Amino acid sequence: MRGHCPRISAQESIFRIQFMVENSEFLPSGKPKISTMEMRGIVKRFPGVLANDQVDFDVQSGEMHALLGENGAGKSTLMRVLYGLYQPEEGEILIDGTPVKIESPHDAIEAGIGMIHQHFMLVPTLTVAENVALGLPSTRGALTDLDNVSARVLELAELYGLQVDPDAYVWQLAVGQQQRVEIIKALYRGAALLILDEPTAVLTPQEVNELFVTLRQMMVDGHALIFISHKLQEVMDICSRVTVLRDGRVVGQEPIDQVTKGTLAQMMVGRELQAKPEKEETEQENVRLALRDVWADNDLGTPGLHGVSFDLRAGEILGVAGVSGNGQRELAQAINGLRDITKGSVKAGERDLTGASPAEIIEQGVSYVPEERMEDGMIKEFTVAENLILREVNKPPFSRGGFLNFRAISRQSEDLIKQFNVKTPSKDTPVKNLSGGNIQKLLLARELSRKPKVIVAAQPTRGLDIGATEYVHQVLTDQRAEGTAILLISEDLDEILALSDRIIVIYEGEIMGEVDAGEADPEQLGLLMAGVRSQTGE
Amino acid sequence: MIAELFTTTVLVGILASGIRLATPYLYASLGETFGQKSGVLNLGVEGIMLLGAFAAFYATFVTENIWLGLLAAIIVGGIMGLAVAVINVTLKAEQGISGIGVFLFGLGMSELLFQKTLGTVETVSGFSSIYIPFLSDIPYIGEIFFQQNLLVYVAYIMVPVSWFVLGKTTLGLKIRAVGENPEAADTLGVSVNGVRYITQIFGGIMSGIAGASLSIALLNVFQQNLTSGLGFIAVALVYFGGWRPFGVLVGSLIFSMVNALQLWVQVLNIPIPADIAVMMPYVLTILALVIAVQRVRPPSALTKPYERGG
Repeated sequence: MRGHCPRISAQESIFRIQFMVENSEFLPSGKPKISTMEMRGIVKRFPGVLANDQVDFDVQSGEMHALLGENGAGKSTLMRVLYGLYQPEEGEILIDGTPVKIESPHDAIEAGIGMIHQHFMLVPTLTVAENVALGLPSTRGALTDLDNVSARVLELAELYGLQVDPDAYVWQLAVGQQQRVEIIKALYRGAALLILDEPTAVLTPQEVNELFVTLRQMMVDGHALIFISHKLQEVMDICSRVTVLRDGRVVGQEPIDQVTKGTLAQMMVGRELQAKPEKEETEQENVRLALRDVWADNDLGTPGLHGVSFDLRAGEILGVAGVSGNGQRELAQAINGLRDITKGSVKAGERDLTGASPAEIIEQGVSYVPEERMEDGMIKEFTVAENLILREVNKPPFSRGGFLNFRAISRQSEDLIKQFNVKTPSKDTPVKNLSGGNIQKLLLARELSRKPKVIVAAQPTRGLDIGATEYVHQVLTDQRAEGTAILLISEDLDEILALSDRIIVIYEGEIMGEVDAGEADPEQLGLLMAGVRSQTGE
Repeated sequence: MIAELFTTTVLVGILASGIRLATPYLYASLGETFGQKSGVLNLGVEGIMLLGAFAAFYATFVTENIWLGLLAAIIVGGIMGLAVAVINVTLKAEQGISGIGVFLFGLGMSELLFQKTLGTVETVSGFSSIYIPFLSDIPYIGEIFFQQNLLVYVAYIMVPVSWFVLGKTTLGLKIRAVGENPEAADTLGVSVNGVRYITQIFGGIMSGIAGASLSIALLNVFQQNLTSGLGFIAVALVYFGGWRPFGVLVGSLIFSMVNALQLWVQVLNIPIPADIAVMMPYVLTILALVIAVQRVRPPSALTKPYERGG
């Protein structure tokens, strides 16, 4: 009996929604709907790459269509074509059945298309209202009409449940709030079709939930939504249809109830995935790295780390979770001697490494997989072989008395290329010509060939495709089994949950709490990531 | 001897010259403020000032019409601003280096034209002082503020005008956005390069007028390297002023007041070595810059050419 009533009301509400969607040509913002948008046979070439190869894609009013694919599959290119940032070589775009020419973002906005970029397109030094007004004609001619803009922003905020203060400066806002500004900016311009490029990548789980509430409402209201992602669960949760791109081509287009996470992953990668790496029991006794009340400044000269303390033991992976820009970079750099420690201490075993030079820290068996692998991890103009021996170039057998031993260097690089399965034309290829995944393999090869005692891995899979991510996870799990102590700093909560033994959460340079990986749930971690301490503490 | 400086006549004199001498700095650095706010550094202000100064002087000398002189400076400044825009915005040159090129071009070209046309230092009758009714009669104040020439008054009017344009107009909003996050502006349909062309041409015109203010309003002569580094100081004043018109005004006044002081020190034969006196304003600039620049952050996209899809 109890289950009966809600089912009817749900059906009824769906009926109402359909009725509303079908019977109004206007959105709550007062702008006309786009009932269908079709892209036909889109071809986009870049020098040496066919980014989009005869891609067909469409979206309708009241649905959210997922565009799924690995990095470099052509999702962003396709959407940049739709938003007028790129011009396709072939193909056409139809809105409500009429072919349209979209030659600039301005044309796209005119056509009712809005885009929420992965990296927010906001000017931090301007206010919310100024960001919204930018580029639009003003009711006062050459003068700005920010009071009118603010009023309309508040109106839209009310209609769509996107709370935001029009007079706040964007730099003062949290990431989730900035995203709301982005959405309002698009709605203000009359967007009926909204492209969301990986909108959840920078959000905490709570913020993702809030975003999804808004997006569901927008669907009901008759907006057409395109959701670009590589997170399968999110696509399954919120989208009604899914199109999978691989190597610039459409490899599948299905209603969401016809697919599973497994089949989607297979379509994306083009093969079956390995099972998750098994975690073996390891002995976690010896403390390999101990931080006590570590403070360090960020690039602005204000404290970026506020008294961070933890122990990292042999044979464990300690995950550091947190939203981007909360001191992760400072932490990794402080441990590795690349950032001055203003207070506190870092010890590796018995040895005090506070204020030690990077060379001394390397000597103690600490390896570093930096976040910016191209900028900080590699010299991109140098060859594969040169990069592989960079850390130990001063030591035999690679050099003696200041002279390089090329035979030893090439033997080492050939061994490592084979062992780590790096795809490179030769050991003499400049690193800048390799793919992200292969560069990360090279970096791991170099760091692990030294048999480190401690690995600090910062965002080790950011920007990598599923295959390369799998590989990196396997390598880290193997290292753990061999008794290496691993500090895994990552903004990808799924990665942290999958690999870690213990998890600490960093927020504004402070450790908010520690959770055992077995008992961790995303909700609780999300609260810590947003700076909310567990109730017991206060 | 030093006491001579503190008579009322001398003090009023110093203040009046200080107000007057700030004129070229104001034009040049207000123009440069617009450019830098939009993300383009034009180090060649000095060169454009020299060409503007020459154009204004020569046109006035030939036609005996100061308005045609001023117009010549505006046209030459605008053309140079356009050239700077082509080099820095379209051709995406390294802005720190291209500016030196523009400076050297202006220095050489103005000297060449001077040698080929005039050959010797001549004088013209430039803009004469305008006595503002009633206000100019106020003791001291009148002499300091209200007995200046037209270009001086306009320079000061340009300060609130610039503040208003940057802060309260849609163009100003676009300029600020383009200098901070050009990609965001582009996605909103703002033409990044278009806005930068506008600010560069405006900056060129302002530099041209700055040159004219020297050659046909303040000094009424032209000679080689008439500006002697003034244009570079103007670029520094933009940093000192924190990219704000009223900040630029404060910087220009400090600088020109010290300059006026050292001129009077020389005039009155006060026994301070002339070289030291001449050095004072420059030493002051360096000190002021070191202290001031730490407070404000330059526009994020300053000196970075914009490329779509980068």
